[in-house]
Amino acid sequence: MYHVYLVARKDLTELFRNRLGLAMLIIMPIFMMGMVGFIFPSNQSLGKVTLAVANEDQAYGLQKGQLTTSGLLVTYLNRMDNFTITQVSSIDDVRGMIQRGEVEGGIVIPANFTSTLNSGRQGTIIIVTDQSNPQMSALLQGAMTAIFHQIGAAFAEQKIEALIPTIKNPIAIIQPLTVNTQGAVPGNFSYFEFMAPGIMAMNVMMSVMTGLPAAISHEREIGTLDGMMVAPINRLSIILGKTLAQTMRGLLQGTLILIMAVTLFGVTIQGSIPLIFGLLLLDVFSFVGIGIVITSFAKDQETATMMMMTIMFPMMFLSGVFFPTQQMPWYMQDISKLIPLSYATTALRKVLVLGAGIPAISSEIAVLAAFGIVFTAIAIPLFKRNMTR
Amino acid sequence: MRMSEIQVEDIVKKFGDFTAVDHISFNVEEGEIFGLLGPNGAGKSTLIRMLATLSRPTSGTALIGGYDIIKEDSKVRTLIGLVSEKLIMYERLTAKENLEFFGKLYGVPEDQMKKSIVELLELVQMTKWKDVQVGTFSTGMRQRVNIIRALLNQPKVLFLDEPTLGLDPQTTVEIREFIKKINQENGMTVILTTHMMVEADLLCKHIGIVDHGKIVALDTSPNLKKLISGGDATVLEFVIPNFDTTILSALKSLSCVNGVSQEDPTHIMVQAIGADAFDTIIDSIRAQNGKITSVSSREPSLEDVFLQITGHEVRDSATQKIAVQRRGFMGRGARARVR
Repeated sequence: MYHVYLVARKDLTELFRNRLGLAMLIIMPIFMMGMVGFIFPSNQSLGKVTLAVANEDQAYGLQKGQLTTSGLLVTYLNRMDNFTITQVSSIDDVRGMIQRGEVEGGIVIPANFTSTLNSGRQGTIIIVTDQSNPQMSALLQGAMTAIFHQIGAAFAEQKIEALIPTIKNPIAIIQPLTVNTQGAVPGNFSYFEFMAPGIMAMNVMMSVMTGLPAAISHEREIGTLDGMMVAPINRLSIILGKTLAQTMRGLLQGTLILIMAVTLFGVTIQGSIPLIFGLLLLDVFSFVGIGIVITSFAKDQETATMMMMTIMFPMMFLSGVFFPTQQMPWYMQDISKLIPLSYATTALRKVLVLGAGIPAISSEIAVLAAFGIVFTAIAIPLFKRNMTR
Repeated sequence: MRMSEIQVEDIVKKFGDFTAVDHISFNVEEGEIFGLLGPNGAGKSTLIRMLATLSRPTSGTALIGGYDIIKEDSKVRTLIGLVSEKLIMYERLTAKENLEFFGKLYGVPEDQMKKSIVELLELVQMTKWKDVQVGTFSTGMRQRVNIIRALLNQPKVLFLDEPTLGLDPQTTVEIREFIKKINQENGMTVILTTHMMVEADLLCKHIGIVDHGKIVALDTSPNLKKLISGGDATVLEFVIPNFDTTILSALKSLSCVNGVSQEDPTHIMVQAIGADAFDTIIDSIRAQNGKITSVSSREPSLEDVFLQITGHEVRDSATQKIAVQRRGFMGRGARARVR
């Protein structure tokens, strides 16, 4: 154990003396959080949407001193903080502006809108979306449908009140059902809440998956590994010491991410912090074996890096760090179940966001531990054999 | 008769189809400096790596201080010190930190280590640099610290793999003196690999000439030189600006010529035997219209012994040279043979 400590301390001393590397160690998670937190669309990202509105309704402006229904709609939209409205004259103008990228979507109120409504039929509103931005058009579509639904309900309310002046609660007739969405825990949630646990798990994973093979193959290349290998010590303590150093590095990054998530991105930690760190350690354990296997096979740093990239990319995307696995087709979901990172991410998310305790994540803990035990059991003999090629 | 500190028994190392070390056996006496001499790629480093328990032999084994390098590798590691081709130093640690780190790994007791670090640093005149990061050192300074690192655990057997590779002449001389000194003062057995004939000649009691994974000759330096027939062997060095293959084959066909080697396109060396060799050779070059601009003769060196024994021809050594230059480009600035 003393030698494990020696090797780890040596590695950390080297790490802390590498100023640029250390700066990167801190900057990387900041970039990571900032990037994934902001690039993905969320409801908040609809904050300032630019819209082109074409009112082709012929009745518009005919009645002096009184707005038509379509005119009322446009006024409604103009009053909403979330939209920047540009008024244009026709649907072709709307399409043109979307094509030129001047607006993110458009609304067209067709001709005869008011007269159709007045004749007792349903009025139709057209939402023009930008197909080159599917995420945005889906969100816009949802938001606009909801808005028009509300506006429609308000119109209906007025009409019913006009028809039956004695009615007390006309909305209950139009929409007898209403929805009230609540999270499992109180509070507002942003995409950062979803991302932070995944990024933490991923960073810790990367530190052992990339850091360990890179560190060992680097030492092999510059020749210092031989210096440790001729020492009359158990050779496992070399790799364990290196793992310890990389774990510390990973946990340091994990802590940074957690602090940033809370201070900069307003994430609230619902679960226990010791449990979060416990899970991160388990995350490390589940990956150490894979890291050692790569180390044993890779002759030089370049090969090690390539092997890691090949393994890491599918892991990153299939483990639900960036996208919920539930959105994926079933076969991809099955693959994702083979990746330890999926379990670490799920467990961390449950603890961090939902405030889950150990019983709620016991199955994830069991799977992670099993991954760790199996891979370590494969890795250690492999390492011992391959070190004396 | 002193006991053998190292007994190498029919050791083989294969990498795939390539045999790097091909059934080598030899003994090294306690307290001697034993040289393994050969060109780059001859298998010297592979042999050292196996003896230092860094690489597992494909077959055969060796005993170091009576311990088997395969079965009792951890015991062997308590006895040895290693200076390998690559420096075993961390650039971001200071000289002292490096020594302390390895000293602790090598199981040197704390107080003894402190004392020996001070003494050894003083011995190689590096005391004033002890708290400076190794990354700022010159190659020579690094190698001095690197060598004392291998001495921290007071090894009984010290492996030196090309210890003067890439060093300037002054440091090379210093390091050689230092190796001699530690061997004489501590009675440490030293195995030294080198491609420099001079180095082997200067330092080693016994020299094993390694070529293509085999030991092709093993003896003391004077005995090896005697191998080039009786006393009348000479080495002639010519500078022939228009040297070509016709002259080469003419020279080789002469009975008095033992071997021809080429330093560069115009500079050749001819090993010859017999009193009239000089005349015969010059006549032969002239007959092929060779213009001799310079000629000198000297006593045979280990290099000539090597040439004689391995039978390497000019073409072989030329390709070897190219290989070496390529390696030199990768950061190992060294010539195949330095005379």
